[in-house]
Amino acid sequence: MDWIYEPWPWYVSGAAIAFVMLLLLLMGNSFGMSGNLRTFCTLCGADRHADFFKFDWKAQRWNLLVALGAVIGGFLASNYLTADPAVAISANTVNELQSLGFESAGSAYLPEELFGSGIWSDFKALGLLAVGGFLVGFGARYAGGCTSGHAISGLSNLQWPSLLAVIGFFAGGMIMIYFLFPLIF
Amino acid sequence: MRSLGYLLIGIFFGITMFKSEAASWFRIYEMFKFDAFHMYGIIGTAVGIGVVMVWVIKRFRVRSFYGTPITFDNKETKIVRYAMGGLIFGLGWGLAGACPGPIFTLAGAGYLPILVVLAAAILGTYAYGLLRDKLPH
Repeated sequence: MDWIYEPWPWYVSGAAIAFVMLLLLLMGNSFGMSGNLRTFCTLCGADRHADFFKFDWKAQRWNLLVALGAVIGGFLASNYLTADPAVAISANTVNELQSLGFESAGSAYLPEELFGSGIWSDFKALGLLAVGGFLVGFGARYAGGCTSGHAISGLSNLQWPSLLAVIGFFAGGMIMIYFLFPLIF
Repeated sequence: MRSLGYLLIGIFFGITMFKSEAASWFRIYEMFKFDAFHMYGIIGTAVGIGVVMVWVIKRFRVRSFYGTPITFDNKETKIVRYAMGGLIFGLGWGLAGACPGPIFTLAGAGYLPILVVLAAAILGTYAYGLLRDKLPH
């Protein structure tokens, strides 16, 4: 059972994600996590401001339970199923990130410079997290789905709009990392 | 019972996101730099198996656990919303290093700054809802 404490290989991880999609289909639903963000908006009263949020949120209660499960799963995995959280990224990536100022590259799960305990007084880091999150939420709804809804569910159903969205995800990510990171960091 | 099922599926999903390192900001950076096969292997395996699963479900008209037909929504045939929405999402994914599934996972794993990302993502969703009629789709 020692393997469980190690990072899971890509083929185990990919199969596990497909299994999650299968279980949700067999439950009569579909796999898509960003829809929960819309439900949160409605729960906060956004339906009074825009028709987009006028929907029966109780019909989405199942997805909130999946999201709650994902929170619990993250807690269990990091506290009980992981011996060393350091992510063994490629030496090339470590070198590049360290030259950008990410000294925790190669020795942590997330960069200290953005997710460490010291960031609450670091307005630049907080601002970057906020901008990143805003774009994720805005873009996911504009595109009608995120990685789970488009890259996994949509591509599995051979939907060309999902392929277009996934190409967009990669174009956006590459613009951020190749062109904007050198300006930001 | 049914609620417990969703919760357990979510727990398995959360463990998978963390243990696969798909929830690691570093893995996302590495993916966009094409420096490792790891993330491509994960997505490729999931989609490869997923295509077969969806085909089998459609071909043999597999029903849900509750006896109802399993249906698949076809995405709208539009271009701008997928290209623009995808691009905007990708910019955020590259910067925050987390998409919605891992955001929940990381909150549970105790990385509290991810709550800033979550709050901003909810705000971004709200902004889209307000602007939807003015945006090209």
